[in-house]
Amino acid sequence: MKPAIDAAAVRGAFTVERTFKATPAQAFKAFTDPDAKSRWFSGGDDQTIVERSMDVRLGGREVAVGKWKSGVTTRFDAVYFDVVPDRRLVYAYEMHIDALKISVSLACVEIEPHPIGVRLKVSEQAVFLDGYDDAGSREHGTNYLMDKLVASLTD
Amino acid sequence: MLNQSTPLDRAFQALADPSRRAIVERLTRGPASVSELAKPLAMTFPAVMQHLAVLEGAALVASQKIGRVRICRLEASTLDRAEAWLNARRAEWERRFDRLGRYLEELQKEGGDDEARN
Repeated sequence: MKPAIDAAAVRGAFTVERTFKATPAQAFKAFTDPDAKSRWFSGGDDQTIVERSMDVRLGGREVAVGKWKSGVTTRFDAVYFDVVPDRRLVYAYEMHIDALKISVSLACVEIEPHPIGVRLKVSEQAVFLDGYDDAGSREHGTNYLMDKLVASLTD
Repeated sequence: MLNQSTPLDRAFQALADPSRRAIVERLTRGPASVSELAKPLAMTFPAVMQHLAVLEGAALVASQKIGRVRICRLEASTLDRAEAWLNARRAEWERRFDRLGRYLEELQKEGGDDEARN
């Protein structure tokens, strides 16, 4: 079913899973240590990091602001609601594209021991805030999102 | 369900290539001829045509021959805003996992159970 684009908000969810050769402690550190996370979380030269901070603990915040070659600025603002060492993280975040709040999401990172290392599962439930209509025509909105999509796909 | 995921999978496969992303990015600014697309990418005309064929197969781009010139534009309906956004999030995690895998591999090679966790 296609999302109902005429609605004020669209909900969606996805899960991404993969197995890695690593210990649960290494995997947990990759998500919680700023230096370790900087090695993989944001990608590539097409983004200039404007602001970055993280404080992974109950109630702690994480901010990532990047300016993309396409000209858009994306802002990720998260709050951690559950932190279980080597096991689980739950955080909620909002995303802004330039001045527009585009989404609010709940994310869960699960770390499970696996015969070859660890199984990582990231699941997100998102509410996409259909704020584009105010910004102009459907065509404009689509181009705007395309820009954003290209930005996020460009490593 | 299968019918729904297939075009999206094709879209993401198509967008996995940096040249094709550059083409899509260029087309977000408006329609362009094949030679206009080829120029900034330093690609030959046939190479661009090949990339366009993939993008058209994924229903991301449509083209139309006007006289002797082929004009390309984005196929906006495939990239429905919400759908595109959600799937970009998913694709972003796939790429993060690629990078995370490389990072964790390096840790293994360094041979350390580097357990510096605070």
